[in-house]
Amino acid sequence: MSNIRALVAGHGDFAAGIVSAVDQITGRGEVFQAMTNRGMSAADVAAALGQALDATGATVVFTDLPAGSCTMAARRLQRERPGLAVVVGVNLAAMLDFVFAEGDDVAAALHAAARGREALTVIGGPARGS
Amino acid sequence: MGLELYRIDDRLIHGQVVVGWGQPLDVQFIVLVDDEVASSDWEQELYRMGVPPEMDVHFDSVDDAVMHLAKYQDDSRAGILLTGDIDTMVRLVTASGRVPTVNLGGIHHRPGRTQRLRYLFLSRDEEEQLKALATAGAEVTAQDVPAARALTLNEVLSGEGNR
Repeated sequence: MSNIRALVAGHGDFAAGIVSAVDQITGRGEVFQAMTNRGMSAADVAAALGQALDATGATVVFTDLPAGSCTMAARRLQRERPGLAVVVGVNLAAMLDFVFAEGDDVAAALHAAARGREALTVIGGPARGS
Repeated sequence: MGLELYRIDDRLIHGQVVVGWGQPLDVQFIVLVDDEVASSDWEQELYRMGVPPEMDVHFDSVDDAVMHLAKYQDDSRAGILLTGDIDTMVRLVTASGRVPTVNLGGIHHRPGRTQRLRYLFLSRDEEEQLKALATAGAEVTAQDVPAARALTLNEVLSGEGNR
């Protein structure tokens, strides 16, 4: 049985890179299946995502950019798969949170998104304002 | 200002357009010309969610785009016009007579097409359509992102673009 719980799709090597980072930190990179949109039309991306969802049974897709073709494709797939959750703008903190969550994957995705938002911070730099 | 780019891209609104071109050109509006999208609220909502809130998106049929083109070209802000295929751009160029340039930004693999560039696959008929666009006065170039060199249609069709 597949261990894959979510797909990660994005530009260039974004997905493969962030999955490799998850694996380096946790040893659990097999939770994700990575996919790139490189060289693909919008229809190709949607077809590949749909096939991957069917093959893995995953109910969560992480994507990199709101306007990206992977996000657009995932949104299209939600039309015929209303239970599918799409997390847009994923970062490593969100993915790590998802890896360790147990139980329902969609609930885990919601929690992971919140953790990812919290992790995005600016530390230091010149003082602003006043 | 006005329309800075007239682009054929089968992904329509996506990362290269919104960020790759949108940031350096300071794009404030996008004109998406597609008869199917122009008649579908669902499709429009899908594309609209992909752009920053400060960026306007106009969804036009080809007929509407022909009617509105002068207004878009005179806009004080920078904009990008998109079509998803060559046919649509040809109809717009022919009917309006006022599209100065055509950017080939992404036409991907499909049966019957030959790869010309990493992001550009063309059938014989499509190549003839592009030549006709050039003959009609539009400067046709291929360039996926601003940092790449714009390749002339001759370079694309002769294979020089891959060297």
